[in-house]
Amino acid sequence: MTDALALAFDFGLAALVLIVATWTLLTRETAAAAVGFVAYGLLLTLVWMRLAAPDVALTEAAIGSGVTGTLLLGAAARLRPTEAAAEAEQPGKAMRFVVALLCASVSAGIAGTILMLPDPAPTLAAEAAAALPETGLGNAVTAVLLSFRSIDTLLETVVLLLALLGVWSLAPDRVWGGRPGPRDGAYQSEVLTFLAQILAPFGIVVAMHFFWIGADAPGGKFQAAAILAAMWILVQRAGLVDSPPVSRRWLRLVVVAGPVVFLAIGFLGSATAGAFLAYPEGYAKPLIIAIEAALLPSLAVALALLVAGPPARTE
Amino acid sequence: MTLALDVLTVVAVSSGAFFFLAGTVGFLRFPDSLSRLHALTKADNLGLGLIMLGLLPRAGGVGSALKLIAVWLLAQVAGAAVTQLLARAARTAGPPA
Repeated sequence: MTDALALAFDFGLAALVLIVATWTLLTRETAAAAVGFVAYGLLLTLVWMRLAAPDVALTEAAIGSGVTGTLLLGAAARLRPTEAAAEAEQPGKAMRFVVALLCASVSAGIAGTILMLPDPAPTLAAEAAAALPETGLGNAVTAVLLSFRSIDTLLETVVLLLALLGVWSLAPDRVWGGRPGPRDGAYQSEVLTFLAQILAPFGIVVAMHFFWIGADAPGGKFQAAAILAAMWILVQRAGLVDSPPVSRRWLRLVVVAGPVVFLAIGFLGSATAGAFLAYPEGYAKPLIIAIEAALLPSLAVALALLVAGPPARTE
Repeated sequence: MTLALDVLTVVAVSSGAFFFLAGTVGFLRFPDSLSRLHALTKADNLGLGLIMLGLLPRAGGVGSALKLIAVWLLAQVAGAAVTQLLARAARTAGPPA
């Protein structure tokens, strides 16, 4: 009985994901499509929970749905003045056919690959679990992200810096190095101020909790950084604090500090443990915590600045 | 005692689901933005509260129970504030043409 119920729930969930995805693709209005994308992300979060992958679910909710959704909504707001003109411009039949063909072949390729996976699928899970005690961590996902495959995580944090540089370079010359976002308190309303005052302290506590339990339970710096970034954006939009000019030295130092500490510990591994990003025997956990602690403020500030957008006004 | 708690869970979660359904029907059927928001916020807050109440006996510890209550309270604060903002935006923009 319980199995049948679970199966019915999973099928319903999968159908809902497909319906929302199709609707998001077909809808013509940019802002509506962005809202559809957020709903799609929340449904995917449920899918990851059903697959017993709470770490991925948390990241999907915080980064995939939350941060990306906010970025898309911001882009939709910026595109509004030109949206009617863009919609009136219909690409030619041949062009649409080629685009549809390319999209369909990518989807078919991915679907084919998944269907052709050997059963049971190849996995390194057993080896990863067996090596877990050497890292001193309790959460295998954190061990993969910061020990077994830490080079991927290092590159990920550097990519975020590059993305931030890309956003900043969209600023016009006269506001170069200025403050991002609308003028202080442009959206100001007492309701938003109230929400920011109530929610921000809670958000900071929840983020620190996620950060700290990441070693042994689902959570970690990325999810914590997304929550901190959200809280910072909230108090900025409520007009409680102004966004900092991006030319500030402290701001740039905080943003690069995380990747720099990560790289430094990586080179330390070359000198003491014989390989880049290898941890010396017995020091794995303290070094991992040091990397996470250095990355948390960097990622939080970088994500918040990404959402805030390019500098838009002088100091 | 276990039976009573089970009955509480079934009744509370079912009524919570009913309120969500009622709110969604109101959202789909009501004529203008303000009454649609009204339907959503009232019914969903009550629905979430009832579901939270029904899940409390199954939380398996004081810590988890407090987390459930925190989820409900945070959803209420966020929901109420966001609805106010949406309603103001709808009133400023006027009815859609």
